Amino acid sequence: MAKIHVTTTLNGVETEFLARPEQTLLAVLRDELHLTGTKEGCGSGDCGACSVEVDGRVTCSCLMLAAEAEGRSITTIEGVAQGGELHPVQRHFLEEAALQCGFCTPGFIVAAKNLLERNSNPTEEQIRFWLAGNLCRCTGYDKIVRAVQAAAAEMRGES
Amino acid sequence: MNEIPPKPAFRYVGTRPVRPDGLAKVTGAARYGSDYHPTGVAWGKVLRSPHAHARIRSIDTSKAEAHPGVFAVVTGADFPEQPFRFDGPERLERNPYYDLRNVMAREKVYYHGHALAAVAARDEATAKEALALIAVDYEVLPHVTGLDEAMAEDAPLVHEDMVTRNVTPKPARPSNIARRWESTVGDVEKGFAEADVIVEETFRNDAVHQGYIEPHACVAEYAQDGTSHLWVSSQGHFQMRDLTALFTGMRPGDIRATPAEIGGGFGGKTKVYLEPVAMLLSKKAGRPVRMVMTREEVFRATGPGSDTRIRVKIGAKKDGTVVAAEAELAYNSGAFPGSPFINGCLCVFAQYRFPNQRTVAFDVVSNRAMTAAYRAPGAPQSNFAAEGVLDILAKRLEIDPFELRIRNAIRAGDAQVGDRKMTHDGFGAMLERMKAHPAYARPLGLNQGRGVSCGYWHNAGGDSSATIFVNTDGTISVATGSPDIGGSRASMALMAAETFGIPYERVHSEIHDTASVGYTFVTGGSRVTFATGKAVVTACQAVIGQLKARAAKIWGVEVEAVDWADGAARPSSTNVGRFEALTLEDLANKASATGGHFGASHSENMTGHAPGVSAMFCDVEVDPETGAVKVLNVVAAQDAGQAIHPSYVEGQIQGAVAQGVGWALNEGYVYGADGVLQNAGWLDYRMPVASDLPMIEPVVVEQPNPGHPYGVKGVAEAGMVAALACVANAVADAAGRRMTHLPINPPRLLKALEDREAEL
Repeated sequence: MAKIHVTTTLNGVETEFLARPEQTLLAVLRDELHLTGTKEGCGSGDCGACSVEVDGRVTCSCLMLAAEAEGRSITTIEGVAQGGELHPVQRHFLEEAALQCGFCTPGFIVAAKNLLERNSNPTEEQIRFWLAGNLCRCTGYDKIVRAVQAAAAEMRGES
Repeated sequence: MNEIPPKPAFRYVGTRPVRPDGLAKVTGAARYGSDYHPTGVAWGKVLRSPHAHARIRSIDTSKAEAHPGVFAVVTGADFPEQPFRFDGPERLERNPYYDLRNVMAREKVYYHGHALAAVAARDEATAKEALALIAVDYEVLPHVTGLDEAMAEDAPLVHEDMVTRNVTPKPARPSNIARRWESTVGDVEKGFAEADVIVEETFRNDAVHQGYIEPHACVAEYAQDGTSHLWVSSQGHFQMRDLTALFTGMRPGDIRATPAEIGGGFGGKTKVYLEPVAMLLSKKAGRPVRMVMTREEVFRATGPGSDTRIRVKIGAKKDGTVVAAEAELAYNSGAFPGSPFINGCLCVFAQYRFPNQRTVAFDVVSNRAMTAAYRAPGAPQSNFAAEGVLDILAKRLEIDPFELRIRNAIRAGDAQVGDRKMTHDGFGAMLERMKAHPAYARPLGLNQGRGVSCGYWHNAGGDSSATIFVNTDGTISVATGSPDIGGSRASMALMAAETFGIPYERVHSEIHDTASVGYTFVTGGSRVTFATGKAVVTACQAVIGQLKARAAKIWGVEVEAVDWADGAARPSSTNVGRFEALTLEDLANKASATGGHFGASHSENMTGHAPGVSAMFCDVEVDPETGAVKVLNVVAAQDAGQAIHPSYVEGQIQGAVAQGVGWALNEGYVYGADGVLQNAGWLDYRMPVASDLPMIEPVVVEQPNPGHPYGVKGVAEAGMVAALACVANAVADAAGRRMTHLPINPPRLLKALEDREAEL
């Protein structure tokens, strides 16, 4: 079957690519566009390592066909920092040591950034449930939750 | 006794800077195993057994080889045979004959998912098509996956000719029991005769997976001129290089292994699976080959932690003094021998000064994926049993569970099984501190309970190397061969900064490939900050020696008259002469003009490591309607010796506890009667998510290890050892029901609660 021509906005830039009909967005991001910051942990939507924003919504890119990106706006981990400036979530992940191996980190940062855009003052429980779609095997989540809390406080102008 | 010695003051060690690899990891720039795309790379895929146990009558790869877009096909026949020989110390012994067969089956497939052929093709889809064209003629054999079933008299034999080793006289009949191990301290019969109370119980746990988020991945590029390249995500690229060379018939030096970033390992990435296959495919295909496992492949074919059955019997005096302890342990090793059953013995009672101890253990094979190391391999299982019995004992004697453990806490010089003696003091002091923790006195609500447990892990030293050089701008480069899984680059940089007396920001800490730094053993056994750190400090000291000598030369004085402090050479006294201090920057600037640049390497098989001890308590709430357990609060202490980067020490404790909670409450392999793993994915193999856990309070105890220049003890494993029993003991306290089989998942606990009601 012929490849499908897709036009999408990727990290703010209009981007065109060709995708096989069965190819996932994750496969195109990683293998065709070489944006390897988005990770594959399971390919079944269970781990959230492949989380990207699609029109402002956190999505497992392994569960979305690349052809479905037509006309949409996609943000990957590579698009989270703006103009060389880290997003507060990224900076607090570093300062709070919220990563160990770092493999799940891009997915967590995309999901946490999305949370804070919707809710600038989430409770610990809200953070934990929002991030329940992202698996981390290294940290026990403690420092991740604290990093998100610290980023939220900074974005509210409290620190 | 058990006094905590005063802690030395450091300038950089003990601070919490941002890790050197942090920026790349929060921006997506860090490159992991599957992020490397060399030009012309082919996709490799593995054909896996659809049977739990079968003889391979024949494999016909001709159709796959003829398929358009296929570059190469390999089977077991392409790999040179290995001798049947047990290598290494008895606790860690390996047999290349078995290990080769685990990489690629030869005569038989031993488990569902066992690799038996592989292809390299232009893309993944073509590789999958080619796998479907490989025709295998199997003679299906009876299989056995369960531990009890595998040990039964009439069990199907996994290896028809395997006779239990280490038994006298040699057994007349083959069995699935691969090896027996026994070790004794004192006289157990005499000890039990003196006991006022004896508690005996048998415990089990289901097999669990390490659950690293990154699947196994590598790229191999064969070259016939001795410049082959392996890009590998592993816990030890030297080990992956050596095993790849062994199983492909190459020389280790002909392969350069470059460490990718590693997305978690926990022991599971010390084992070789894809790398030799990718190398042989690359050799045949004449191009680089990339291989990445799916999550399902990771579950079916890589390293579980053993399911076990462990009976523990402990006898004590009325005051809680234990007089005798006995354990009988059986570990399921999967398809090939080599479970961590001896570790089970070495750790079961190791944190206690029990005068009389006996441990007997069995390594049992079955038709499952071969076990791999998992965070303190073998220890959490036996600890779960021993700490469970101590919990029962404390309740029976009406002694506070920490108090019972304090009364029996091991001290330096006390005997341990395996002809060992405890080398360090301080465990009792840590327990006193935990007993006094404010959260330990917090009142509990309805359906809530509190559990206590302690853990021990021997930690490790071993081969490590470091290369240090001074850059022209006066910064320092630190190269080691230890893959960084949890922030060890930062620890290396902090130790180098401390040794040179320069800020952390002036140190570059990197992990180098096998051609660029000396041999280094795997990142495992909680050894990196200790052993590789020691190599870094020794090499830094050698460079400081060079810098002092250069200052002496410039000043025209004896080298003994030069001191090094705060990043500069200084005259040791005013008698030497009035010289301006020569900073690292000054000396770097003048290096070429004054004799050359500065650098040193150090390689050593490190000794002097200290065991890891942990202590923990947690509160849980049991839902009597559903059998669900919610962990409310965890406080976990561990003796780090000296925390080099405290945040990453805390992270090790917190992560270890989280894994232990998963093991205790939810995680476990479920096998069908067909010998197929039924929950080979994260939807059905349920690891803890953020909403399952509370904050985990780490208590970092620092009782320095004199065997390390900055006092380091390893911290990555002992924390998990205690976690299983801690949660199970808390559930027993909350539910009034002792659960002896992990995981304590809702159906199991609900059934136990209903049984209790029936009894009432």
